[in-house]
Amino acid sequence: MIHTIIKKNSYQDSINLMLLTNAVSSIEGVNKVQIMMGTPANKDIFKDAGLYTEDLATAESNDMAIVIDTEDESKVDEVLEKADQYLKDQSISGGSEAFETVRTWDRATKALPDANLALISVPGQYAAEEAHKALDLGMHTFLFSDNVPMDDEVALKQKAHEKGLLVMGPDCGTGILDGIPMAFANVVKKGRIGVVGASGTGIQEVTAIIDRLGEGVSHAIGTGGRDLKEPVGAITMMDGIKALENHAQTDIIVIISKPPAKEVRNEVVELLHGLSKPVVTIFLGEKPTKHEGNIYQAYTLEETARIAVDLARDKEIKKNYADGDYTVEHAELAEGQKTIKGLFSGGTLASEAAVLISDALGLGSEITNVDGYVLKENGHEVVDLGDDKYTQGKPHPMIDPETRAKFIEKAAEDESTAVIVLDYVLGYGSHEDMASALMPSIEKAVATAKENGRTLHVVASVCGTDNDPQSYQGHRDRLKEAGIIVKDSNNEAVRTAMNIVGLQVEDPEKELVPYEASKQFDLSVSEEIKSLLNNKPTIINVGLKSFTDAITAYGGRVVQYDWRPIAGGNEKMRKILSLLK
Amino acid sequence: MKYNSIDEANKAVVEKIVNSAPFLVDVVPAKSKIKELNEGKVILHAGPPIQWDDMTGPMQGSCIGASLFEGWYEDADSAEKALANGEVTFIPCHHVNAVGPMGGITTANMPVFVVENRTDGNEAYCIMNEGIGKVLRFGAYSEEVVNRLKWMQDVLGPTLSKALKLTDDGMNLNVMIAKAITMGDEFHQRNIAASLIFMKEISPFIVQLDMDEKDMKDVIQFLADTDQFFLNIAMATGKAVMDGARKIEEGTVVTAMCRNGKDFGIRISGMGDQWFTAPVNTPQGLFFTGYSQDDANPDIGDSAITETFGVGGMAMIAAPGVTRFVGAGGFNDALSTSNEMMEICMDQNSNFTIPTWDFQGACLGIDARKVVETGIEPVINTGIAHKEAGVGQVGAGTVRAPKECFEKALEAYAEKLGLI
Repeated sequence: MIHTIIKKNSYQDSINLMLLTNAVSSIEGVNKVQIMMGTPANKDIFKDAGLYTEDLATAESNDMAIVIDTEDESKVDEVLEKADQYLKDQSISGGSEAFETVRTWDRATKALPDANLALISVPGQYAAEEAHKALDLGMHTFLFSDNVPMDDEVALKQKAHEKGLLVMGPDCGTGILDGIPMAFANVVKKGRIGVVGASGTGIQEVTAIIDRLGEGVSHAIGTGGRDLKEPVGAITMMDGIKALENHAQTDIIVIISKPPAKEVRNEVVELLHGLSKPVVTIFLGEKPTKHEGNIYQAYTLEETARIAVDLARDKEIKKNYADGDYTVEHAELAEGQKTIKGLFSGGTLASEAAVLISDALGLGSEITNVDGYVLKENGHEVVDLGDDKYTQGKPHPMIDPETRAKFIEKAAEDESTAVIVLDYVLGYGSHEDMASALMPSIEKAVATAKENGRTLHVVASVCGTDNDPQSYQGHRDRLKEAGIIVKDSNNEAVRTAMNIVGLQVEDPEKELVPYEASKQFDLSVSEEIKSLLNNKPTIINVGLKSFTDAITAYGGRVVQYDWRPIAGGNEKMRKILSLLK
Repeated sequence: MKYNSIDEANKAVVEKIVNSAPFLVDVVPAKSKIKELNEGKVILHAGPPIQWDDMTGPMQGSCIGASLFEGWYEDADSAEKALANGEVTFIPCHHVNAVGPMGGITTANMPVFVVENRTDGNEAYCIMNEGIGKVLRFGAYSEEVVNRLKWMQDVLGPTLSKALKLTDDGMNLNVMIAKAITMGDEFHQRNIAASLIFMKEISPFIVQLDMDEKDMKDVIQFLADTDQFFLNIAMATGKAVMDGARKIEEGTVVTAMCRNGKDFGIRISGMGDQWFTAPVNTPQGLFFTGYSQDDANPDIGDSAITETFGVGGMAMIAAPGVTRFVGAGGFNDALSTSNEMMEICMDQNSNFTIPTWDFQGACLGIDARKVVETGIEPVINTGIAHKEAGVGQVGAGTVRAPKECFEKALEAYAEKLGLI
């Protein structure tokens, strides 16, 4: 029996509601439950889940819809009670906070008149509008929101560039600004390495390794994954690079990018050649054979971090950083066990795995993406479980173990599977203990394989630092105790997995060759950008309240803007309001 | 539009509010100021226009009481019949420069405060507070109620009128409000400080009057007993100030909010006298022993003019003493209430600084656009009437102004400006 409860005008953020759905799903006697705002898109998700009802049709965008499938009517009240308690606890925990909470830009700017950065995490269809407002108020913008149309991204970045501002994003998952972890980010020591990255977990992996090797990061500026695509033309990356060039405390610049558009990439590289500082680049999917001028070209994220650290320490740059021990002794394999299943929460980590395996298979290093599968060759599979395909109406796999647990169990049933590769991404925003959350399904998978006479190997890396909210060492220990092979980086984990099935990649010896820069660039930046890099940012957090935790913990000043759709999502009133300006 | 933008028009409106100079100058029979009351049997009521059949219990009870007070009918039954037969004309207080609490029922011979807004030269009127218990404004019409009204007509009103005439200039209400807001009043739920200030100011003049000693003692005793006496003065003040401000005739500042038990009505500066209405909500709050939420009458009264003016629920933070009436969270709830109300206001009124709010000024100028944009509905502190006539007040709490009123107002204004 399906029960529908509509709570009129009670807007909650979608992530809150997903976590809430998780919390109430565990109630015994409840077959299925889904709690979402009654937007048209969400109604489709209800339909897909077989939870669409006539009552649901009446729900509007600002109404919270709770649909419960249970045979026991008394469970409905239990769910409602638990939901109310959950939401109440959330509002009470806001009782004595170190920051003000507001509901309008007006109040936000009054509460924090010197705010210079807006951290925006509102639903995608509203994100561009809010970002425009932030830019119009003269603020740099960190746009965590995804599903922002390309046209909007271009318009925002052009406007920002003209105003001397930075737009980090859209779909910018991470960043570090003067030691403050932004959105999903690790707690990384401050230091002399500056990062600009068009890749979320790429930045996390590189900065976390830098930290673990004992060096630190001045700033890590995320650009959003499409910045190096043709229409955008790397506006943010180029401005970010110039910003770091002008930043006195940055000595080394690291560039991380998912596969870029070729011309845009070349333009960025030309700019980099014109800098006074040494640069380490990684364009995922490229396998460089040399270093050129001031640019050191890396193949893996680990190599990127290690070159940067060696540069920071004035050490000689090695010709080859693929010097780890990737062997596994006595790796038992049954007949037919020969494939790798890479199940990743981090998109760039998945891509890195795909590049390595594809390279080892002799298929080149180009990355494709079909339904989140960044590799599907000869039975080998690498999936980015953070892809849109798997996050519609569900929390990201860094927050929620459910989707990945299912993939692990499925991989174990596949007789060809020899090894599963996993990433554990720690830091602000991520699950508090993913090691434990995924453990039951890993144990089950290993046991299933064993019952069928197979040894299933699991290799993992932990992307984290000692100062992360979760325990880095604790994660590693917990995984090792469970018989999982734990490596120091994703690169090592993937190479180790390949070793088990007898695959390996060749790494060229890279010589440093001179380079004659052919193009002159104006390297100056605006006062606004200088000020952003020379101070701790002062932030208006528009949307997800949990992002304020890291900001306040690392000395940033912040005002929380509890954002809701304008006029409750009422399109007619929204239009009238825009006319009555 | 003579302004370059709506923001500019709104600024002109709030400037008028800040610069207003309301003075309490007299207490007179309503009919001497409101000519409509001299034209047959006329009853003024709270809220936007309403007819007898749509009135809730308390308002109907008040009409019966007022008819008996005026001596129009022999008894309650015949009064009720006549009222139901349409023998009496109903006019909203707001249409005749007046405001009235709860039922807002005002007739020719009831004494009213006269508040003069000296910057714009306009006046506003409000009947006097009758105290608590069985009172007309909550729909009671027993002999006790009518007798008290007679005494107010014969003794209290004339005494205050004479005393006020002994003052140089009337009473400067901005000064009294500024003082009382630092003493914990928000002028809707709590008026005890302002009532004391009023008594302190008026007593030296009352004792100079040549009048019956018992009457004088009764007047002083009544003022001493009536904690909410200043509420009606605050209402007339709000009305005088907002009527002055709405002479700007442009913009989206809310210039009146009122309720008749059925509909909530608002006006905005750009739409003149036009009402924008939506069904009222029912207040939530604490109830006297023996009563519950089920007994509550839907929202009623013109007293929301105090919130329109920026005090009342908008200034919840000023009155820690009554926050328990409006929510269990006490001071922090009051703080978040006032902070939330700032989201929908233009500015803060530096005339009325609130110590418990770090001396920030009271809310100033509700912008209907901000109400619609944020969905934050203005909060109103209110007494709660029993839904049956004559039972009286059964509790106190808060209620929200329905946002549909604001949506309608904006739509009409956009039409008027030719934008849609």
